[in-house]
Amino acid sequence: MRTIDARGLSCPQPMLMAKKAMQAGDDDKIEVLVDCEASVENVSRAAGRLGWKINVVQGEDEARLELTKD
Amino acid sequence: MLGKKNFFATTYGVIGVGLVIGLMASALQHFGNPGNMGVCVACFERDISGALGFHRAAIVQYIRPEVIGLCLGAFLAAMLSGDFKPRGGSAPVQRFVLGMLAMIGALVFLGCPWRALLRLAGGDWNAIFGILGLAAGIFAGTIFLRLGYSLGAASRQTSFTGYVFPALVLGLLVLRLVFPPLEGEQANGIIFYSVKGPGSMHAPLLISLGFALVIGFLAQRSRFCTMGALRDLFLFRQFHLFFGVVALVAAAFAANLVFGQFYPGFTDQPVAHTDGLWNFGGMLMAGLAFALAGGCPGRQLFLSGEGDSDAAVFVLGMVLGAAVAHNFQLASSGAGPGANGPIAVIIGLVVLVAMGLLNRPSKA
Repeated sequence: MRTIDARGLSCPQPMLMAKKAMQAGDDDKIEVLVDCEASVENVSRAAGRLGWKINVVQGEDEARLELTKD
Repeated sequence: MLGKKNFFATTYGVIGVGLVIGLMASALQHFGNPGNMGVCVACFERDISGALGFHRAAIVQYIRPEVIGLCLGAFLAAMLSGDFKPRGGSAPVQRFVLGMLAMIGALVFLGCPWRALLRLAGGDWNAIFGILGLAAGIFAGTIFLRLGYSLGAASRQTSFTGYVFPALVLGLLVLRLVFPPLEGEQANGIIFYSVKGPGSMHAPLLISLGFALVIGFLAQRSRFCTMGALRDLFLFRQFHLFFGVVALVAAAFAANLVFGQFYPGFTDQPVAHTDGLWNFGGMLMAGLAFALAGGCPGRQLFLSGEGDSDAAVFVLGMVLGAAVAHNFQLASSGAGPGANGPIAVIIGLVVLVAMGLLNRPSKA
């Protein structure tokens, strides 16, 4: 499993990093760390479009998005 | 807490917000704002810059309550939703320069992306060149993003940091109330007011402020962004924000028909010129600057309200950019581009391309 730390980065970078990792095809499970609500929404939307399953693990100041290839 | 459900951030939500912005913008024109300028973040920040005396272009000086409302509406939405997160420290000086260049480009065209859309909805076909330039600039920005462009991560700041910009904006409202415009007077105390030209045309204070508070609130919740709409289309083939932009144009167009504000054509359009090359060039420069900064001028105001100091620095850059544009004869007028506008666009584009190429942390 691969972890992408996109904390502190603004859109579209978290989305670009997640998409790149999903399309690379090396991992079936990718974890993305983000710290703003817009990034949670954007990365989830991008992953959904690529047909990946999304599990959002909520935190107080950040969230972990677990993306799994369907 | 992150990861809550947020209706406004769904595609239907963003379309709804686009419709509200389009309707309210058209209504603001009906209530007194200049033609096709119901809401123009660039023009209104320029008017504020003039009201404070940073530039002395007598026809564009007014403390626009819309800018105040957009920021404070977003601030309220962020406070209520838990989105208020003081952050900053991602290349502030570069963001300041991006704001300056964005404003200069927007003033060569005569409008921010919101106004470009409103001009289109009002039948000003010169806006088509501006929108094509905007799209080309944003497309160029996506190339730099694909090559690894990044201004680096922001970090968490103290709560106080997040309150500073909304407090400055509130200070503008205090100035507007303490020194209101006086009939036929070019200044009241320390504040300058236009007695003719676009700066003298405005909706009543409470309408401007009220409408903008609603727009700011909704736009913060929905992440509405005109630059993001095109960027996400180019980068991800994603239409989500784009539908919101289409909704804005459709609603403004319909409302313009109802209010009798639709005048199709190229000539005699309000606060516009017919030089297609520089309508394109100005927005090419602005679009690239917005893409490199991560948001259109409206979005930067909403982010500032959320406590994002980097976005606030961009806005301050725009205010200085407006002063530079008018003091150095870069800004266009109805007659065409300013004497030094074209050369400023060329220099600005060179600077932006350099910024796009040189900010690649992964290659450092």
